[in-house]
Amino acid sequence: MKYAEDDLIILGHGSGGTLTNQLIKDVFQEAYGNPVLDELLDAAVLEVDKGRIAFSTDSFVVDPIFFPGGDIGTLAVSGTVNDLAVSGADPLYLSAGFIIEEGLPIADLRRIVKSIRDTAQAAGVQVVTGDTKVVDRGSADKVFINTAGIGLIPTGRHLSPRLMEPGDVVLVSGTMGDHGLTILAQREGLAFSTPVESDCSPVNRITKAVLEAGGDGVRCMRDPTRGGLATTLNELAVQSERGILIQEEEIPFLREVVGACEMLGLDPLYLANEGKVIAVVAPQVADEVLEAMRALPEGQGAVEIGKVIPEEEGLVLLETELGATRILGMLEGEPLPRIC
Amino acid sequence: MKHSNKKEYARYLLERLYQEIDRPLTVMEVCGTHTVAIAKSGLRDLLPEKMRLLSGPGCPVCVTDDCDLDYVMALARQEGIILATFGDMMRVPGTASSLLQEKSRGAEVRVVYSPADALKLATENRESQVVFLGVGFETTTPVVAAALDQAVQMELKNFSVFSLHKLVPPIMRVLLDDPQVKIDAFLNPGHVCAILGTEPFQFIAKDYGKPCVVAGFETTDILEALLLIVRQYREQSPAVDIQYKRAVRPEGNPVAVGFIEKYFSPITARWRGIGEVPGSGLELREEFAQYDARKRFPITLEPGKSRKGCACGEVLKGIKLPYDCPLFGKSCTPAKPVGPCMVSTEGSCAAYFRYRRQKAGVDH
Repeated sequence: MKYAEDDLIILGHGSGGTLTNQLIKDVFQEAYGNPVLDELLDAAVLEVDKGRIAFSTDSFVVDPIFFPGGDIGTLAVSGTVNDLAVSGADPLYLSAGFIIEEGLPIADLRRIVKSIRDTAQAAGVQVVTGDTKVVDRGSADKVFINTAGIGLIPTGRHLSPRLMEPGDVVLVSGTMGDHGLTILAQREGLAFSTPVESDCSPVNRITKAVLEAGGDGVRCMRDPTRGGLATTLNELAVQSERGILIQEEEIPFLREVVGACEMLGLDPLYLANEGKVIAVVAPQVADEVLEAMRALPEGQGAVEIGKVIPEEEGLVLLETELGATRILGMLEGEPLPRIC
Repeated sequence: MKHSNKKEYARYLLERLYQEIDRPLTVMEVCGTHTVAIAKSGLRDLLPEKMRLLSGPGCPVCVTDDCDLDYVMALARQEGIILATFGDMMRVPGTASSLLQEKSRGAEVRVVYSPADALKLATENRESQVVFLGVGFETTTPVVAAALDQAVQMELKNFSVFSLHKLVPPIMRVLLDDPQVKIDAFLNPGHVCAILGTEPFQFIAKDYGKPCVVAGFETTDILEALLLIVRQYREQSPAVDIQYKRAVRPEGNPVAVGFIEKYFSPITARWRGIGEVPGSGLELREEFAQYDARKRFPITLEPGKSRKGCACGEVLKGIKLPYDCPLFGKSCTPAKPVGPCMVSTEGSCAAYFRYRRQKAGVDH
């Protein structure tokens, strides 16, 4: 069945009956059907090579659902793929569960589903199982998506903050805060136009390049999502029981992000990223890893921003432009705009 | 990001400060934005030992008194009211709860980025009463006055302002008159002076003989201003000086001041930890009483219990440093604040906690 331009999701689309089946066939399977999904069994049955399995899940409730640089679909795939990738896994399969508010235009759903297809293709993963529920108007906001994913960690590969040693180097794959600022600017309908786009995209090509170039010298990787670079570094410091010293002037930011943050009283170090990697690597492999990251278009902006230090266990310190040192703390609550 | 020229200039200014300072000087930065800029750059640790910087009462959130906060919570709880507020006020605790807690219990609280957004809320929700929480110094008040002006023109019946607006010059006089407060000079708030100009601050130089320099918010602005203060002391010529010339003119912004005066008149205001200060707050003028939330929604409150041991008052006056407060970093942290100074991004306690914990020897 073809849906008209202005068809809306109704409660029946989540009933499990004919309408649901049609929606699955005409929207979901049409976009990202594959032999496993097309079986339409209660569970996807997968062949997996030897190694350890990485398994992760994430729910996506972003508002607005469409934003410059992507949409909730791009995000739903990138988010889970990236969690697997920074764990050292090669992402393989995803599930996609939808909770849809009745009244969502089917055209919007198609657009989101198409993004899921494109992003999954870019990441080399397959969506192999899914679910659709529809709730009354007001019980959800347009659409929420949960994705879970599994990836394979080849035998012998081991990443952990516990491997971090003093002298190790902290690398980031590009500019910080782009996604967080984009969403905030959209959400608040801010009076200035921000030519910044979300960076949401899969990072598994970057993590693969890091692992190939750095080998056993790669200690751990993270994707600095909610809470931004500052919060992720703090998690690494606590988990590794090491100190981390960051050079303020080495952290890459887009000029527009810095400018908008100044206007809003926000600190870009605390804004979310959805397509960036932090890698902690041994000093001996740092140059090779950086080179490998920079060889990819999504890693062109990779730089070294700091080092693991023997002192100040569990703390992140920031050396300011003037050469003073201060604490870089975790995010507390939501980032809020200033009032004077 | 690299700014090597700015960095070199900052180093040069620091060097000048070291060479020129010839006596111990305690300088108060009145404005919360300065407090954060200083903390973020790590400037305090780089200054000559003779130069001491104190944070003042210049964060409008921090100086809000408990009984005003409790009034706000009670307003938020009222059926039919949408309370529109700047984000900074959300987590500020009254004696019993915060707006964030009230919101989770069902109160209609909306974060807005400007009073104009609150007006829009009022036009979109005609069946509700929109109360805008007016918090801020002379910088914010003109914008609120402009929104009121629009509300009057639109004859909006469901919009009002709960004014907690405060004035900077009267509180500076209170600090100068307090024998416990020892300040040699002021770093004056650049934004406030862009509105007021320098005239309202002349008494600091004339009556008290203390230098007062209006500064911008870049590290180099602050350093230039500190150097001007050192030079004023060397030359024994206290004056109100403007470093922030790219934004501040001596006459200020008469249009903005006119807007404030059209809609507001000075009253006695309560400052957290400091007490009542005559002529230091603003209320809506009598002729605009219908836009005054206090008058439209009168509430009688039982006085709540203030928190014991919170040294906000002394911190705001610069008598104590944040980590001299017994609660600092222990029962009072940004995640679980006892006083507003720990909540607001521009609060001195929050700034000290975020950037300088290790200097205080506080457990982390």
